[in-house]
Amino acid sequence: MIRALLLSAAALVALPAGAQDVAITNAKLVIGDGSAPIEGGTVVVRGGKVVAAGRGVAVPAGIERVDAGGHYVTPGIVAAFSRVGLVEVDAVTGTNDRSATRSRFSAGLDIAPALNPMGSPIAVNRAAGVTRAIVAPGSSSNLFAGQGAVVDLGDDNDMVTKPRALQFVAFGEDGSAKAGGSRAATFLLFREQLLAARSYARNPATLAEWSNDSLIQRADAEALVRVINGTTPLFVRVDRAADILNVLKLKGEFPALKLVLVGATEGWLVARDIAAARVPVLVSPLTDLPGSFEQLGATQSNAGRLKAAGVEVSVGVFDDDDAHKMGYTTQYAGNLVGLSKLPGASGLTWDQAFASISSVPAKAVGMDGAIGSLRAGRAGDIVIWDNDPLELGSRPTMVWIDGKRQSLVTRQDRLRDRYLTPTEGALPKAYDR
Amino acid sequence: MVRSLKSGLLAAASLALAACASTGEAPKSAGDKPATAAAEKPVKFDKDPYPSTYKGYPTRLTVVKGATVFDGEGGRFDNGTVVLSSGKVLAVGGPDLEVPTDAYVVDGTGKYVTPGVIDIHSHLGDYPSPAVDAHSDGNEATSPTTPEVWSEHSVWPQDPGFTRALANGGVTTLEILPGSANLMGGRSVTLKNVPARTMQGMKFPGAPYSLKMACGENPKRVYGAKGRMPSTRMGNLAVNRQTWAKAAAYKKKLDEGKAVDRDLAMETLAGVLSGEILVQNHCYRADEMAIVIDMSHEFGYKVSTFHHAVEAYKIADLLKKEGICAAMWADWWGFKMEAYDAVPENIALMYKEGACTIVHSDDANQIQRLNQEAAKALAAGRRMGMQISDEQAWTWLAINPAKALGIGDRTGSLKPGKMADVVLWNGNPFSVYTRPEKVWIDGALMFDALDPKRRPVTDFELGQPGEGDVK
Repeated sequence: MIRALLLSAAALVALPAGAQDVAITNAKLVIGDGSAPIEGGTVVVRGGKVVAAGRGVAVPAGIERVDAGGHYVTPGIVAAFSRVGLVEVDAVTGTNDRSATRSRFSAGLDIAPALNPMGSPIAVNRAAGVTRAIVAPGSSSNLFAGQGAVVDLGDDNDMVTKPRALQFVAFGEDGSAKAGGSRAATFLLFREQLLAARSYARNPATLAEWSNDSLIQRADAEALVRVINGTTPLFVRVDRAADILNVLKLKGEFPALKLVLVGATEGWLVARDIAAARVPVLVSPLTDLPGSFEQLGATQSNAGRLKAAGVEVSVGVFDDDDAHKMGYTTQYAGNLVGLSKLPGASGLTWDQAFASISSVPAKAVGMDGAIGSLRAGRAGDIVIWDNDPLELGSRPTMVWIDGKRQSLVTRQDRLRDRYLTPTEGALPKAYDR
Repeated sequence: MVRSLKSGLLAAASLALAACASTGEAPKSAGDKPATAAAEKPVKFDKDPYPSTYKGYPTRLTVVKGATVFDGEGGRFDNGTVVLSSGKVLAVGGPDLEVPTDAYVVDGTGKYVTPGVIDIHSHLGDYPSPAVDAHSDGNEATSPTTPEVWSEHSVWPQDPGFTRALANGGVTTLEILPGSANLMGGRSVTLKNVPARTMQGMKFPGAPYSLKMACGENPKRVYGAKGRMPSTRMGNLAVNRQTWAKAAAYKKKLDEGKAVDRDLAMETLAGVLSGEILVQNHCYRADEMAIVIDMSHEFGYKVSTFHHAVEAYKIADLLKKEGICAAMWADWWGFKMEAYDAVPENIALMYKEGACTIVHSDDANQIQRLNQEAAKALAAGRRMGMQISDEQAWTWLAINPAKALGIGDRTGSLKPGKMADVVLWNGNPFSVYTRPEKVWIDGALMFDALDPKRRPVTDFELGQPGEGDVK
């Protein structure tokens, strides 16, 4: 099939500094929208954005050409739910900005200033082909964890693509623990905080009556108003089938809520309800153990069954190491392809699997017009791979983010090179660089 | 002069096996005898008071034909033939291998056969699913040295994790270790990955015990937080050395036939010092591994394997020289300070040095895809330009962990006479798209992806959502 996604007018405006125009030719081109790879494809990036991708795309005169040699060329991976940029070393508290459990604020917390674009996990994840990430805070002292961001993993000093791109809240056992020990308390606290925010929106003077003991602070109220009116998607961690159904019902009282389910380990048990509510789901797809009583139905077929029911499913790695190992995203997606060969199991096709780690998570956070695929107008986040990107051990050979060619050298590479031969030479290893 | 244990791993293992084999002579209830009796003559304790009751399940004469075979010791047969008989590997060869005519024949065309995966580092059963407090039985974190506890006494055989490791990971043998809160965490146990009512029904017959030790951050953090020693790495060493000194004195009394009070902790450590019990040492940093090696020389024991060993690549030469294995993850990093210098080439660099290389999980999820973890490590090595064949890399999951557990003479490879612990994969097991199709343990078909009746369901999952699902 021939596809030529042609230049859109919008793509011509705004040329970010540092972006190079480039045409990648002779590609096994993956658009990322669930369509099949295109042999002999070309993608053209100008001014930091994709202007055309497909077969038979003309390469504008005078721009750099890169011959992909028939290798896979894809949009960069979008980590569907992560803490990349918030953590350098998990157990070193000063470097770990995942959670703010002693703050008096909750929904109002904004992770943007906590992100460290120079941290070593940025380069390590980028070298695995991850170019964008949806980053959520872990938890606060209250029910709502705060506002996450969509980020890029570029080799520069600004990683925020979109701040306050989502609000995060955990229901289920975690939410219960925050709210006072029962799911009853979670749902009541959730409702009361939204109502407080709504009353603040209608009459900001009510703020004068609030104190530190109030249900929420002003900053929290402002953030929750954007949740109530659907400006900010609400990412909800929830696993138990019964909890999922109750979360879906929240739209009854707050109809503008833009819900996104995170985890949804037992989602397959209520897949039709999720599909009917048109709520996207981010899964950590290899979760197959009853790690808690809210995950009794855990199976690796969750993603495949949800997809078959019509749910938009993104694949993430958030029940694993969510700050360092975004490189597992492709492995997890690949496992779902393998699963589809197993009798009785439900997986994804390769094309679906790749979309679940690129355009589908971008859409879940409302940004599929900007990132996550090689359709015209999207960010020039391109990866050339040495092999099938979902296969184990495949690595990017070249990466662009916003049309800028990226370094793929990591601190780990430097350590490896120093110890290729472990014995010391004439001078100690410290002199070996 | 520092005592140097030059014997290789196999020698240590066979020593341990001999010790185990002789336990039948010991009185069955020595501990119950009056102390006066002990004062009269050398004390003999039952070294196997919780013996394995595992016998192996019914087998049939089976031939797998036409598959690519990795034998687990680095050998390979294309279009291979594997014959399993009475629980043992009868023969392995190429397409021309003569096979019995009355055998059940499995067509392996396009598929792969390997020895079952052996995970040398698991906490299944001790930290089972669901991970509720009532099940948290892996760290006796009340004293920094607890060599008296045995992880087998915490194993919950109904942990669904065992069944996942079997069905998704092709794991046939695994070592269950105490956690790493303590410097000396206790004895580990080696299990066959068969569902059973009791821990004894899973226990690998005749496998030697190991002592789990841990260096670095965990012990000093756990006990430092309690205001106790150790709170530093030097504290870690001091507590270890004092304990070894005590154990040496205890062992001396035993050796001299002197009366001793029964001391379960000292029995374990004396067992290490006499070579009957192996040492599995959680240790991340290169410099700390080097210190532990010297400590083992100081007190005359041998470390079988450094577990986690994220900096093994910095001292691969030393580990090679000492004959110590490293059991590693492919790419875990950054979760704590001592994991900060991890490199994805760690496993390949150990292999390059010719040192004993093992891929382990330490995780109820990754134990389900150790083949994939090995594949990533293999790819990292090849990217460096190393020539490593698939069949060589399979030793990281097979004969190497088997030897490191002292069971390399009975499992871990497809050599005739060995336990028929075998996996048939539906493709190359180093591909992400591949799954176990059949798993045999001692020749019995314990999992078959094509037959839902050969899919174990634990008591815990019976009657729950998703009972008997593909998982």
